[in-house]
Amino acid sequence: MGFNKVITSKKMLSLFAVLMLTGTNLLMAQGTATAAAEKPGVDWLSVSYYILLFVLACIAIAVIGKILKVYDLSQKIQGKAGINWNNLMAIICIVFLIAGAVGTYWSFSVQGKMLLPDAASVHGVKIDSMFWTTTVITFIVFVVTQILLFTFLFVYKHSSKRRAYFLPHNNTIEKVWTIIPAIVLTVLVIFGFFTWQEVTNSADAKGQPASINVDITGKQFQWDLRYPGPDGLLGKKNYKLVGGANKMGIDYTDKNSMDDLAADTLVIPVNKSVRLNIFALDVIHSVYMPHFRVQLNAVPGLPTYFKFTPTLTTQEMRNKLDDPKFEYLVYCNKICGASHYNMQKIVRVVSEAEYTQWLAKQQPLLTPALRTELKLAEVKNNNISTNRLALNN
Amino acid sequence: MSTLAVHDHGVAHHEEGHEHHHKDTFLTKYIFSQDHKMIAKQFLITGITMAFIAMILSVLFRIQLAYPDRAFPLLETLLGRFAPEGRLDPEFYLSLVTIHGTIMVFFVLTAGLSGTFSNLLIPLQVGARDMASPFMNMLSYWFFFTACVIMLSSFFIQKGPAGPGWTIYPPLSALPTAMKGSGMGMTLWLISMVCFIASSLMGGINYVSTVLNMRTKGMDLWKMPLTIWAFFLTAILGVLSFPVLVAGVVLLIFDRSFGTSFYLSDIVVQGQVMPFEGGSPILFQHLFWFLGHPEVYIVIMPAMGISSEVMSVNSRKPIFGYHAMVYSLIGITVLSFIVWGHHMFVTGMNPFLGGVFMITTLIIAVPSAVKTFNWLATIWRGNIRFTPAMLFAIGMVSFFISGGLTGIFLGNAALDINLHDTYFVVAHFHLVMGSAAIFGMLAGVYHWFPKMFGRMMDDKLGYLHFWLTFIGAYLVFFPMHFMGLDGVPRRYYQFTEFVSMQRWLSVNMFITWAAIISALAQVAFLYNFIHSMFWGKKTVQNPWQANTLEWTAPIEHFHGNWHGEIPSVYRWPYDYSKPGAEEDYIMQTTPLSQTMSSNVPHDFEDNPAGLEELSKWTNTQKANEEVK
Repeated sequence: MGFNKVITSKKMLSLFAVLMLTGTNLLMAQGTATAAAEKPGVDWLSVSYYILLFVLACIAIAVIGKILKVYDLSQKIQGKAGINWNNLMAIICIVFLIAGAVGTYWSFSVQGKMLLPDAASVHGVKIDSMFWTTTVITFIVFVVTQILLFTFLFVYKHSSKRRAYFLPHNNTIEKVWTIIPAIVLTVLVIFGFFTWQEVTNSADAKGQPASINVDITGKQFQWDLRYPGPDGLLGKKNYKLVGGANKMGIDYTDKNSMDDLAADTLVIPVNKSVRLNIFALDVIHSVYMPHFRVQLNAVPGLPTYFKFTPTLTTQEMRNKLDDPKFEYLVYCNKICGASHYNMQKIVRVVSEAEYTQWLAKQQPLLTPALRTELKLAEVKNNNISTNRLALNN
Repeated sequence: MSTLAVHDHGVAHHEEGHEHHHKDTFLTKYIFSQDHKMIAKQFLITGITMAFIAMILSVLFRIQLAYPDRAFPLLETLLGRFAPEGRLDPEFYLSLVTIHGTIMVFFVLTAGLSGTFSNLLIPLQVGARDMASPFMNMLSYWFFFTACVIMLSSFFIQKGPAGPGWTIYPPLSALPTAMKGSGMGMTLWLISMVCFIASSLMGGINYVSTVLNMRTKGMDLWKMPLTIWAFFLTAILGVLSFPVLVAGVVLLIFDRSFGTSFYLSDIVVQGQVMPFEGGSPILFQHLFWFLGHPEVYIVIMPAMGISSEVMSVNSRKPIFGYHAMVYSLIGITVLSFIVWGHHMFVTGMNPFLGGVFMITTLIIAVPSAVKTFNWLATIWRGNIRFTPAMLFAIGMVSFFISGGLTGIFLGNAALDINLHDTYFVVAHFHLVMGSAAIFGMLAGVYHWFPKMFGRMMDDKLGYLHFWLTFIGAYLVFFPMHFMGLDGVPRRYYQFTEFVSMQRWLSVNMFITWAAIISALAQVAFLYNFIHSMFWGKKTVQNPWQANTLEWTAPIEHFHGNWHGEIPSVYRWPYDYSKPGAEEDYIMQTTPLSQTMSSNVPHDFEDNPAGLEELSKWTNTQKANEEVK
């Protein structure tokens, strides 16, 4: 009876299950072992080493904790005061303040030197001056408030001998520290508002020489450029025409499109106003050219514009930074998919003479191949539009 | 009038509560509980779990950023196809970033913070037996739980979780062909978010109605602790702004699944012309940030409330400028609805609008500054006890200053041109809303742990936890400002493709190690939390000598909070170290008539009879002294 019970009991069943599981595990392990021979497997030794390290750290902390507790108790038994944790925390606060000050200084002096160079555009200079004004103001507030915070903590640490000062409110001082930030912020707002208005004005004013128009179109994961041909005008575009060799969907029924030029590099002349017409084909991208303090999103269905005037050629910047390989870049700064991290194009600022020379060498977008394709495309286009009509009906 | 009604309700409920008490089963007590204290604990534990998951995700992508060229076969063992050859897949990297952000902002700092402490403290601090609608409160938790499960389930589908960033801007999030993370994972994200918002709304409506209708006798609005003010205004903010996100999300679901074009127009994906016409991607950004910006205040305001309370208790000093604190909270609440455009300065929104949003944004810095100065004035000449809760509240203030100041750069449209979407932004919001809010939450956990579990957490482990996390967070986020100022964009899988960014690699490595160490420091918290829950030292009635009402409720939990009548309230919650008082605190339930020696004329502002009493008493005192 007893024997019978053992055989039918759940224990046997679970034992069997365990055996099976370990068996398969062993087999699986062998399988992975053979796979490991082909590619580097997990270095379990170092993994367990790090885990062990962490466990040791935990044990060390536990041991220290126990020692402190025992010490505390023995002190109390002897009638002495144990560790005054409250005072210790106050001391750590002040130590943190000093260490923090040193760290901040170090950070500003080392990493502070790794920032972007001064703006290489006209409006960028204004942005920079505002940036430094804001930095000075906020840094003063930062330093003063943090010092007050941690010094107060140290100075007013608990003592059973005294009581805190009962101070529920003081209207005068509250008014002062409402009004002062309000005034400072008003100044910053006014300063910022006018700069912003100026920077974002992308239309050419009357009497100003016309800006050079360049189309920049973002798509996963590249930027396409279009320069106007000799007529200085860019033709129309229509996303429905994208296909085949017509990557940007240029509308060749528009005469202005015929001489538009393709380019690999965004070459722009120095000290000339450039107006970027920004488009996106698939998802939102962002045209980001930090050296010129230029950024604007490229939004499908919503063309955007940014006008700026570069002030330093690539060569001048190279000399200034003492880096012969330096290049200005435009890169994507709005999450756009897998290769978002590598969607860049070189921007080269050159003298006007070099620019005209370079522009003369660029090929039109309307390549012979496209020309032949377009004939077909026109027919296809009609088909598409009739289809759409049918659908709409 | 309302107090009278509440009083009656309370009594009725109390009897009812007793009936329940005998019938509680495991299911009704721990799972489908309608008791606000249990629901608070459910929110807290779910929130902490989600926080740990999101933290592990962040460590994974930090490893990628520190060692972009190195393979870690262990990652392949853990993540399988998401990390082929031991290196994170670029799309999975984006998914990690997305889910980390979503979980942290919504599941941890909204539900985990508001859900826990509003539920725990509103009834206990205003003197109510439970929430206005306990059943809805229970639903709120279970919708939240469902949202968590759906969000995490997206890790187990073929293409992986949503990947277009936590802001899920269409068209990227609307076109499944644009990236893997816009497929099924995105659908799950949207469903999860709808559940989450339903949860948030049910919670919020409950909080508002409880605060407005169920305060105990004597608890007028100006006698409420700042925690309650913060939770109340947070709930209002949530109730008004979350529905807009639902609208935005539902329209996105339509665009994705039913072929509408609310957000889409003129799109060619991988050479294929899409039929969408007439929509605008900017519309989604408006709808998203109309919630999204109030959301950051939904995250930070409870942390501010908790910190104010904790700092006042542990400085043994009244909060400085109680009225200013409340008005600044109200100011932030109102203003937060008209600043959303500062997230969209460079998105192609009309530049004039950008200018307007810049003005409103910089105005919101004024109430924030007032709060900071008031906190500093609160600890000035205090008698500071460094409990772990106090340390975390201080940490919150420090982070709020450091992160808040960089907001002045980003709120300035002209400066935002070059800083938008760089690491400067990452540093800014991780300090001001991430670290500050999580520190507020941790301050709350340490402070009200005895109220929740009837036991104390270990102080020493709390100290260790605080200093490691505090220093770690600064080491992680401070250098990021400089990266941002060098034009290093966020959400980049690796920085090796740009010569100019390669020099930041060493900094990235440093940040990663700081992040790993502060992540490991959380083990100290986890151990402390779980260990103290079962084996911690038993608490006393009022372990922090605080004034507020929750410390008059019995330690032992039962549905209904107080035996017998709910205590009445006679004074504001911040009578700490009042001159003339016997002890350095006077609880809200102590009538002014019992503390004649410490009363001041200010206590009787709306009470001429009381003022007369006071002057009579002072006169007799004076007369007595003269006699002596």
